[in-house]
Amino acid sequence: MSEHHVSHYLCIGCPLGCRLEVEDDGTDIVEVRGWDCKRGERYGREEHTDPRRVVATTVKVRGALWARIPVKTSGSVPKAMVREIAKAVRNVEVEAPVRLGAAVLTDVLGTGVDIVATRDVERV
Amino acid sequence: MITDEIRHLARAYDVVISGGGPAGMAAAIGARSQGAEKILLIDREREAGGILWQCIHHGFGLHHFGEELTGPEYAQRYLEEVLENDIDVLTDTYVCDISPERQLKLMSGRHGIAVVDAKAVVLAMGARERTRGAIRIPGERPSGVLTAGLAQKFVNMMGYLPGRRVVILGSGDIGLIMARRLTLEGVEVKGVFEIMPHANGLNRNIVQCLHDYDIPLHLSTTVVDIHGRQRVEKVTVAPVDGALKPDLSRAWDIDCDTVLLSIGLIPENELSRKIDLRLDPVTSGPVVNSTMETSMNGVFACGNVVHIHDLVDFVSEESVLAGRNAGAYITGRRPPKDNIRLLPGDNVAYCVPHTLSSEREHIVYMRVRKPIEKCSVRFGEVLEKKLRYVFPAEMVNIKVKPQFLENFHGDALRVDVVQR
Repeated sequence: MSEHHVSHYLCIGCPLGCRLEVEDDGTDIVEVRGWDCKRGERYGREEHTDPRRVVATTVKVRGALWARIPVKTSGSVPKAMVREIAKAVRNVEVEAPVRLGAAVLTDVLGTGVDIVATRDVERV
Repeated sequence: MITDEIRHLARAYDVVISGGGPAGMAAAIGARSQGAEKILLIDREREAGGILWQCIHHGFGLHHFGEELTGPEYAQRYLEEVLENDIDVLTDTYVCDISPERQLKLMSGRHGIAVVDAKAVVLAMGARERTRGAIRIPGERPSGVLTAGLAQKFVNMMGYLPGRRVVILGSGDIGLIMARRLTLEGVEVKGVFEIMPHANGLNRNIVQCLHDYDIPLHLSTTVVDIHGRQRVEKVTVAPVDGALKPDLSRAWDIDCDTVLLSIGLIPENELSRKIDLRLDPVTSGPVVNSTMETSMNGVFACGNVVHIHDLVDFVSEESVLAGRNAGAYITGRRPPKDNIRLLPGDNVAYCVPHTLSSEREHIVYMRVRKPIEKCSVRFGEVLEKKLRYVFPAEMVNIKVKPQFLENFHGDALRVDVVQR
């Protein structure tokens, strides 16, 4: 029989920060404990096997009140790619006006995930 | 910027709200829902929305909208609702004074000095950051020492980096968020230093902002010296003992060009002081009753100006209530007077609101002084609520239903958070 192992994670699904225990038997997850909601259980499984994050950053915008517009990945991306994605987004430049949800970069680094604006900016 | 500037400023309003951040926007919508017709929302910035515009990270709105939004998305949703409700939004404007008859003196970029009458007022000015002077860090006075929230505005809105090698003092949420943000912009974050033995920010931010990027968090450690003639060149940090006294024999130096301070927020109550509102020395915000009314008739307050919240969702919740009550006030519908005072007891720094009515349901917000696991919140003998843990960094909120209060006949109820 293979050895059971318990890993500890802190759920980032919401500010409650549930302390999770993920027990595996060497290959598969046996149980996720310590969650308050289903989101926590899902997070525990995902963090154990394929940790992912939503990345929020900014891009340059011309012709707006501010020099930057906030953006995010339209879905979660592998945690190991976060820095690379932030770096790739740094070179993007857009022109005001921009609408919330508009893609400023599509399929970033082949992840299938877009970089989308998280607010409207008007032309000033 | 969402087009929101009013062309005509009326002479009188039902409800005037000072501050167009999350608290003010929610209060405006709350006032509308109770029948207030002419509502004016005033903000000193060029657009309403407040600090949310610069909080580009996600994690907002889970309680309020049931989904996870970024700060700007949360702000835009609220602002759209404000505009759909025909609320007048006046930006680039300061509220300078409020008379006892609720006449407001304004200073506006577009309208100059103006006076408006209000049947009810809501104070929603938010908070500002504590600075170096607040904790008296010894050392030289070079450039490169700034608050984390200012750095956040530089990076996320203005497109400036505050430096290349950064030390963060204080483990407040804004500092943790900025540790990650600056790392993603290619800045080297040398570490986060916290004088207390526990972190000040939310646990989730320790995980996703520090652990994810291998940024060290040094607890019970503080900055004892800042060096540099023109620009910060290095800082000296040292561990502290149980009385928070630094042990200089174990101090070490860190090369850096920037020090970010994330050492807490102070409710912005210059206006409240000017009009002589009664303030709570612990929160440094106005004392409020269960309708969020201050010590001045018809003047309500909500959000960070009353007490510092860690989640915007709770700001919205509290502020909708304040706005509703302001709306009800102008129609002459006054709820029964509060008859119970809350007294913060063991491990309770403060409670908001400060008083309750035994005839209505309330949400009581409180902050503890020290972390405890497996504990109970006790309202005298009438209500006990078990909690898995409490942390100073996480506000505790407890729903108090009237059935718990109906058999209570005293006028003061002590609130304790104790080990089970």
